[in-house]
Amino acid sequence: MQNKIDSRLNQLARDGTLGDGTPCRMISDDDTMRLARETGLPGWQVEVRSLERNIQPDRYLRNRKSLSMSDQIRLLKAHVCIVGLGGLGGLVTESLARMGVGRLKLVDGDVFETHNLNRQLLSSTDAVGMPKADVAAQRVASIHPGIELTVVCENLTPSNAVDILNGCDLAVDCLDNIPSRFALASAAAETAIPMVSAAVAGLSGHVTTLFPGGPGLEIIYGPEDAHRAFTGEEIRLGCLAPAVNLMASLECVEVLKVLLDRPVTLKNRLLVVDLNDYAFETLALS
Amino acid sequence: MNRPHIQLKLFAGLAPFAPENSDRVPIESGVSVEELLRQLNIPGEKAHLIFINSVKCSLASQLQGGERVGIFPPVAGG
Repeated sequence: MQNKIDSRLNQLARDGTLGDGTPCRMISDDDTMRLARETGLPGWQVEVRSLERNIQPDRYLRNRKSLSMSDQIRLLKAHVCIVGLGGLGGLVTESLARMGVGRLKLVDGDVFETHNLNRQLLSSTDAVGMPKADVAAQRVASIHPGIELTVVCENLTPSNAVDILNGCDLAVDCLDNIPSRFALASAAAETAIPMVSAAVAGLSGHVTTLFPGGPGLEIIYGPEDAHRAFTGEEIRLGCLAPAVNLMASLECVEVLKVLLDRPVTLKNRLLVVDLNDYAFETLALS
Repeated sequence: MNRPHIQLKLFAGLAPFAPENSDRVPIESGVSVEELLRQLNIPGEKAHLIFINSVKCSLASQLQGGERVGIFPPVAGG
């Protein structure tokens, strides 16, 4: 099987150059997907094999100077759970698919509503009334059919959270309320995976990453208290598209760094942003 | 002798409560964040995340002057 794939990859590969003129072997998207159909393997696995043979898939050529081939392989092998597919989750889904994260689990039990249209990337007039998780899956398939998808059309709750996170390498908190965020953080701690978390209100927001064994979400929101009125400022301020998209992009940078074990992350730190006066500050949480 | 002062940055829904002189707010040395907020008519129950010189602190933390104080209300939208 491996020999057959390698021999087909060599047949289908062609000579080319990277953007800076460096010669390389490359392969088209059509050909990697053809090979996926021929072998029955998911497209991301064919891309991993291709990169291991030093053959660059065309779709990642513009990643190459920022991500090494081994970085790209690590992203393709990663399994990321995106919880919440509204403003934050829509853009996170889009960016992780384009960067080449090979396996995505998409979690949201809601349908798109008209009041989502002001900011949520995956919403459209045609999609109003449709399940967010289904729309997200269609979007990923149209960006990269080689990504392996698990679609969960349910909201994450304390009772299903651990099952949902099982088998994933990292969770991205794109939720819109504090109790669900605590449920996700608790499950991430139980399954010992990192959780990238962002929140937005108006033109302000913050982002951090919680690691297994480290401080939990209470370091941001205070102790979890079932009797507490869990409301955030976004109820009054709403959320504007540029702030949501910016915070979602920052989450994607964290996902990249955590998956690739890069040294500077937001571990024990909170990046706070206020676009009203362009304030960006990284704060020590402990 | 000049009174000590701090720089105060209020985020999100707290921003409208910022005093006009928020870059140079006079304080009494040793005042707690909680007391300062009361003096400035800033709702303390919304002061959720408090940072002094970029480090997480609490309402009880005391100020001496010269600090940068940042305060975030609870934010959870997405």
